Amino acid sequence: MQAWFESLKADFELNFIQGNRWKFLLDGLGVTLIITLLAGLLGVVLGVIIAMIRSTYDKTAEGARKTLGRRLFGVLDKVCRVYLTVIRGTPVVVQLMIIYFVIFASSNNGTLIAALAFGLNSGAYVAEIVRGGIMSIDNGQFEAGRSLGFNYVQTMRFIVIPQAMKNVLPSLANEFIALLKETSVAGYVAEKDLTKAGDIIRSRTYSPFMPLIAVALIYLVLVMFFSWLVGKLERRLRNSDH
Amino acid sequence: MTTDVLIQVRDLTKTFTSASEIHALNGVSTDVRRGEVVVVIGPSGSGKSTFLRCLNLLEIPTSGTITFEGVDITDPKVNINVHRQKMGMVFQHFNLFPNMTVLRNMTVAPVELHRKSKQEAEAMAMKLLERVGLADRANAYPSQLSGGQKQRIAIVRALCMEPDVMLFDEPTSALDPEMVGEVLDVMKSLAKDGMTMVVVTHEMGFAREVGDRVIFMDGGKILEEGSPEQIFNHPQNARLQEFLSKLL
Ligand SMILES: Nc1ncnc2c1ncn2[C@@H]1O[C@H](COP(=O)(O)OP(=O)(O)O)[C@@H](O)[C@H]1O
Ligand SMILES: [Mg+2]
Repeated sequence: MQAWFESLKADFELNFIQGNRWKFLLDGLGVTLIITLLAGLLGVVLGVIIAMIRSTYDKTAEGARKTLGRRLFGVLDKVCRVYLTVIRGTPVVVQLMIIYFVIFASSNNGTLIAALAFGLNSGAYVAEIVRGGIMSIDNGQFEAGRSLGFNYVQTMRFIVIPQAMKNVLPSLANEFIALLKETSVAGYVAEKDLTKAGDIIRSRTYSPFMPLIAVALIYLVLVMFFSWLVGKLERRLRNSDH
Repeated sequence: MTTDVLIQVRDLTKTFTSASEIHALNGVSTDVRRGEVVVVIGPSGSGKSTFLRCLNLLEIPTSGTITFEGVDITDPKVNINVHRQKMGMVFQHFNLFPNMTVLRNMTVAPVELHRKSKQEAEAMAMKLLERVGLADRANAYPSQLSGGQKQRIAIVRALCMEPDVMLFDEPTSALDPEMVGEVLDVMKSLAKDGMTMVVVTHEMGFAREVGDRVIFMDGGKILEEGSPEQIFNHPQNARLQEFLSKLL
């Protein structure tokens, strides 16, 4: 028992204390959080815009005149649908590598490029969540807005979107948590995120147990913290009920 | 009642083309005069709602014209939003905004459309709430109201835009029987104040008492129209006679 504890202590010192290796983890955590936050932000903006385009196109289908504007809008809707199909039909690592090595081959701001890649990816999932939220709002709400004299955009802005966003807030928060874990593949494009940090320590100490368990624990704590926030949010939304 | 025409409807048709073609309106023509209360009756599926919803273009007519205050609003170049501000609408299922207080439900349109300042809109809303006996519910949410209260709020919400005409689509059909009276009372007092109203309803008592003119629709057409006395006591059309006999 004593010997086992001693070896554990030595292992801990080797992996985290010697050479200030714990700093790899701290820096990695910072990179992970920055990528996640920027990607989350981009994903929400992109997702809401796409959801607006897609649901507007669907909502206005009946009785629409085939004007030039309507045709252009149809093209826009098609572009969104292709984007959703491609993003959701390919692995995020592959998307990340294409954006890093093919599209931005000459750039060297890896963190921003990774954030862009994960944001583009997350946007597709957010779009479908928000679109579902918009479509779930009773059409009577929309008609009440229009009958008061609001135009289409005003009705969306003042009546439909606030209700839709409230309904999908928990799903969006869960998407954010999934995104946090997904960024762990950022190491594929030489980003020193949390996962990569653990791997760097392992490659230097040849002792995989400590660094990898530490990385797992940090993710777990982060996810549990955000889940707890989502739970609080959901309870507040349910209690307000309006 | 003056004789000037507020809404002129000519040869209105509406065909829905979803799975199959449904001819909901087959050539409807009528005039709604300023200050007039027009009651629309008829069996279910006869096109009453479609007719009413065409008046403010919630449904786009397939053909025909609707002239409101001298403007043909079926013209695609017309900005319908401006004209809708002058046409209040009350729905069967209230359609209050569940995420807003009663006061915000009433003021969101006049304020965000820059018709009134927040203070003016709220002052007006409070006056209207007092009139319908709901001033104490100004800060309640719709989920905390009874059906009758919801519909009274829906009526005063529309009134906050100071419309020239009010359109009602079966405003009491979704209510428990004991709440019908309170909503009809508000509508009666509106009519007494000279509001122009088009009311789709199954409340024949209301039609007799308040209606200046009754329109009977069936199969997407107006089969008979006239004073309540004519329609209820001396119906000419066989379908109308049959419809009325079933009500008794
Ligand atoms: N949005 C719609 N799509 C397809 N058919 C519809 C739609 N709205 C109404 N209809 C059809 O049009 C006809 C008239 O309906 P409606 O105007 O609602 O009648 P009423 O209000 O008199 O009961 C019915 O046959 C109905 O099924
Ligand atoms: Mg109806």
